[in-house]
Amino acid sequence: MSQINRNAAQLRATIVGNKLVGQYHQILISVGDLVDRCKPGNFVAINVGGDSSRMILRRAFAISRVAHSASFGGTMELIVAPHGQGSKWLCSQPEGAIIDLVAPLGSAFGIPTEPVQVLLVGGGYGSAPLFGLAEVLKTRGCKVDMLLGASTAGKIYAPMEGKRSVNSLRIYTEDGSMGIAGKVTDPITELISDLDVAVIYSCGPMGMLSAISALTESTDVVHQCAVEESMACGIGICMTCVLPVRNSDNSISMLRSCIDGPVMDGADVMWDLVGKNPLVQP
Amino acid sequence: MTAVDFSTTFSNAWFPTPLFTASGCASSGKELAQFFPLKDIGAVVTKSIMNKARLGRPTPRMAETPSGMLNSIGLQGPGIDTFLEKDIPWLIEQKARIIVSIAGETVEEYSTLARKLRAVAGISAIEVNISCPNVENRGLVFACDPEASRKVIDGVRRTIGGEIPIIAKLSPDVTDIVSIARGVVDAGADGLALINTVLGMVINVSTMRPHLGGKTGGLSGPAIRPIAVRAIYQVHAAMPHVPILGMGGVASGRDAFEMILAGASGVSVGTASFGNPMAIPQIQEELKALLAEKGFKQLKDAIGYAHRSDETHE
Repeated sequence: MSQINRNAAQLRATIVGNKLVGQYHQILISVGDLVDRCKPGNFVAINVGGDSSRMILRRAFAISRVAHSASFGGTMELIVAPHGQGSKWLCSQPEGAIIDLVAPLGSAFGIPTEPVQVLLVGGGYGSAPLFGLAEVLKTRGCKVDMLLGASTAGKIYAPMEGKRSVNSLRIYTEDGSMGIAGKVTDPITELISDLDVAVIYSCGPMGMLSAISALTESTDVVHQCAVEESMACGIGICMTCVLPVRNSDNSISMLRSCIDGPVMDGADVMWDLVGKNPLVQP
Repeated sequence: MTAVDFSTTFSNAWFPTPLFTASGCASSGKELAQFFPLKDIGAVVTKSIMNKARLGRPTPRMAETPSGMLNSIGLQGPGIDTFLEKDIPWLIEQKARIIVSIAGETVEEYSTLARKLRAVAGISAIEVNISCPNVENRGLVFACDPEASRKVIDGVRRTIGGEIPIIAKLSPDVTDIVSIARGVVDAGADGLALINTVLGMVINVSTMRPHLGGKTGGLSGPAIRPIAVRAIYQVHAAMPHVPILGMGGVASGRDAFEMILAGASGVSVGTASFGNPMAIPQIQEELKALLAEKGFKQLKDAIGYAHRSDETHE
């Protein structure tokens, strides 16, 4: 058996919760023992639109957290923005609806072996998987500080219970409607030196991830980012979700963000080449 | 009910079932192997491989469309040498039957690829992809030009000798697919793969520019299935003895059966695997049940059946 997708399984699962949190839907799915294979950073690919749908491709969603609950067994939580046709369909599904999913997929955030200082940076609903990650990091003794940013207050996702695992949480909005007016990347350089940050974990829009990579470039900080590139399959066969990544010998590979990501080393991603014509390999 | 004889042949290559992956939609099989054993399906048709490593086109590389999708990959791949070193031995280990798909920029590149494949053990057939739409110059789509198509197949045939069957993959984006098919069969193709994706475009109405990095892309999925059925039907009517590997939007046993009735000896499933990694084994079971239900004792009796019923009704 190959090592690709080795934890993944396809199953029909029941939605056991669907509630509005700000501008997002918090969707809870009963997935049984599958939760034991899910790690922060992994994603799920879900069929949308029902059997006669004209939408033929799965939609990928970051798994924000997994839990064991007394009433539903293993549950998987997703934070979904109802933007496109597929996510709108998912958000319209009532409790009790059965969906077809494949999970867990993709790489997970690497957890430090030492109890180090880490900084979590989330953009929009990209903050969702960071709370589950924060819990894991805290149990490993890491000191966890968090920055969340969005264009406006309604797009900040910061659940009360999530804040328990973080030492501090700062919120930035570009329009100043919540927290500090400005960009989430503004304080990073200062925080790296003030707190002696060893690892930055980030999840959010590609522009934010790219900006953090630029800020950490000349430092010793490891930047683990969860990338987002549109994908057709989520399991590595369609080759559409590729990103240009620099190899150790300086050559470039177009790596699939579904199986070589979504968590990638920000220092390896060639952000300037994303969406450009990559050079032909020598 | 006795079991249906589900086997099929392409020239001297035998397959226990007629359901194959479609090239470019299963990489070299490793990703799907987590979901089902590759030996359980007819064959793995590997992603078209070129002589040298290739990075492909910029993103965005895909756009979902009604009942379909556009892709614009541009033949990203590791190159034939790495492929032969890493992927073929692994597929043989899985006991998968292998059809290697090759693509080139020149007639010579196809011949070079054929030369490198000639001595490789464990390959059931070679698909010669002369119809990838995602190249910079439409003039390079060999399958749109009868003379260029013929030259490529002739070169591969001469290089490979008579042992391994050659399946030429054609484009539906031509006026007369039958004349292209005749040309490549005359040049030495043992079978035909019908159809490659249909050239298409999506314009992003927010940016008001073409959505795909490569501007144009290949349309696949159920949206193109009637085009594929038509192409298979026309070519089978003209050359009933040439085996056809049918593909284009097959998503159920019913769809696979339709292609077989039109004249396909085997059916490749591509885009359906994106939406459902278990699509191929599921379609295979559905097709088997359908054949039995219709009273076919062997798959071979159903191939091209739609043509036969035309005659009966005349």
